[in-house]
Amino acid sequence: MSKVLVIAEHDGNLLNGSTARAVACASQLGLAAVDVVVLASDGSAVAEQAAKLTGVSTVVLVQNPVNENAVAALLAPQIEALASDYSHVFAPSTTFGKDLMPRVAAHLGVPQISDIMRVESATVFDRPVYAGNAVITVEAPEGLVLGTVRTASYPAVTQDGAATIETREVSVTLPSHTRYEGLKTSGGGDRPDLQAAAKVVSGGRGVGSEENFSVIYGLADKLGAGVGASRAAVDAGFIPNDHQVGQTGKIIAPELYMAFGISGAIQHLAGIKDAGTIVAVNKDADAPIFEVADYGLVGDLFEVIEELEKAL
Amino acid sequence: MKILVGVKRVVDYNVRIQVKADGSGVATDGVKMSMNPFDEIAVEEALRIKEAGKADEVIAVTIGPKVCQEQLRTALAMGADRAIHVETDDEIQPLTGARILKALADKEEPKIVLLGKQAIDDDNNQTAQMLGGLSHWPQATFASEVVIEGDTALVTREIDSGLETLSVDLPAVISVDLRLNEPRYVKLPNIMKAKRKPIETLTLADLNVEVAPSVTVLKTSAPAKREAGIKVESVEELVIILKEKGLIE
Ligand SMILES: Cc1cc2nc3c(=O)[nH]c(=O)nc-3n(C[C@H](O)[C@H](O)[C@H](O)COP(=O)(O)OP(=O)(O)OC[C@H]3O[C@@H](n4cnc5c(N)ncnc54)[C@H](O)[C@@H]3O)c2cc1C
Repeated sequence: MSKVLVIAEHDGNLLNGSTARAVACASQLGLAAVDVVVLASDGSAVAEQAAKLTGVSTVVLVQNPVNENAVAALLAPQIEALASDYSHVFAPSTTFGKDLMPRVAAHLGVPQISDIMRVESATVFDRPVYAGNAVITVEAPEGLVLGTVRTASYPAVTQDGAATIETREVSVTLPSHTRYEGLKTSGGGDRPDLQAAAKVVSGGRGVGSEENFSVIYGLADKLGAGVGASRAAVDAGFIPNDHQVGQTGKIIAPELYMAFGISGAIQHLAGIKDAGTIVAVNKDADAPIFEVADYGLVGDLFEVIEELEKAL
Repeated sequence: MKILVGVKRVVDYNVRIQVKADGSGVATDGVKMSMNPFDEIAVEEALRIKEAGKADEVIAVTIGPKVCQEQLRTALAMGADRAIHVETDDEIQPLTGARILKALADKEEPKIVLLGKQAIDDDNNQTAQMLGGLSHWPQATFASEVVIEGDTALVTREIDSGLETLSVDLPAVISVDLRLNEPRYVKLPNIMKAKRKPIETLTLADLNVEVAPSVTVLKTSAPAKREAGIKVESVEELVIILKEKGLIE
């Protein structure tokens, strides 16, 4: 029977929003069932959240103390064991899914399709290449189909579901060669998560310094927006890495994206192609960001932000 | 200790990609080609580990047609000791690439394989993880810091939620992210010297590697274009528009 298994991304307490987007993509395959697997140390809370996702039939809960943190080398053998019941296994194309799925694919001897942005059939998919400057249509060979889902291409499914939760024991030998040592988060406070935020205020090299970035945070807080950045701003140490938007950072699809002091390199634009409305503020009238911005304003970003704050 | 480092020839990151009208791919004729930027960072890291006295030899590897030797020469000019060219005119997908690297790792027995986290042409982000899976080695992907301590590596990874640290036993596969280092510029005398460094050429058959199951590319198309917008003259005008669209209150 053709069924798809979606790997849930979570932090032990909360289901990551990328899972509901991956489920949206998986639902378009037209298969008999969409299941979600939660691999966790103590995963009942996450499983309950996953069970609410519309379209999900069964939530498979695999509890094991080694699943306390998401380590690909430990998760992969467990997923391989589960995969035999499925025709497709999908994960979000976040750093979690990107780290994990190719390892699973290698063990199973099948290719993996990265960043699925459109489902044409259960075996034919569109995916971006060259930082989104071209799109290829690919067909998976016969057998198990493994893919990661470009989350910006799929709005999250709603939460009207009531899937059954099924606890499964997976007994496989796990390696001891990889140890989780810790995570340093940038502590975004109460700000919305960049990948889920409806609005994002983003700063580039033009912001000038870590101190100056306070104006970006200030405007974001006023708008209830998440905070993004260009690679140049991250490289310069103005803001931590998890704020980077682009080909090699986060691909996002907010309703409103406001870019301040960002020139608009193709690698940056790759991350905002699906934004609803793009506003760009740059002092250089010829900056390439204006070629994609819905509304461009030529001017000094600090003056513009000051005026914006007053007008809001 | 040896380090094996992967090098891929790709369309230079500054090139504006043109999709061919017949949907058969992107235009590459007369287009500037370079080493994948992530691979440059991988080569640089390998050299730094060697310069810190923690490795004896850096071996650069590429897979592809004859012309890929240009990128191997760049790696040698940066400071790699020798190079291996796995020559093939076929398009090599990540799983086959990982099989080739696995065969080379079995042959050369490196303690570390350093690869770019993705190639900027196919943007797959798979090969390192697949090599980790095939060899049952640890993998530490998206590295922004690598510390070698005896038989382990402490690797800081750039992930969506911040910076994660993994400790892995060697041998291990490490894929590198942009902020790991800034690659050195190649100096002219080193380009001359690199010409005398050895490049060994092998085929898939030499390595006993069979092409893995692959995806078929049916067509290549141009992405949906965003329509060009308008320039507004003032903050006031911008605020009115955004309010009208219900984007701000
Ligand atoms: C392999 C690879 C991957 C990459 N991945 C990414 C990625 O994921 N994300 C990403 O962002 N980049 C990425 N890059 C880098 C990218 O090529 C650019 O270098 C980067 O996006 C530039 O950032 P920026 O626009 O902030 O800086 P700059 O290009 O330096 O632009 C700064 C802008 O600020 C403007 N400015 C300055 N002062 C002011 C002021 N007071 N008011 C208004 N405007 C002002 C300037 O006019 C200028 O346009 C990648 C590059 C490579 C090679």
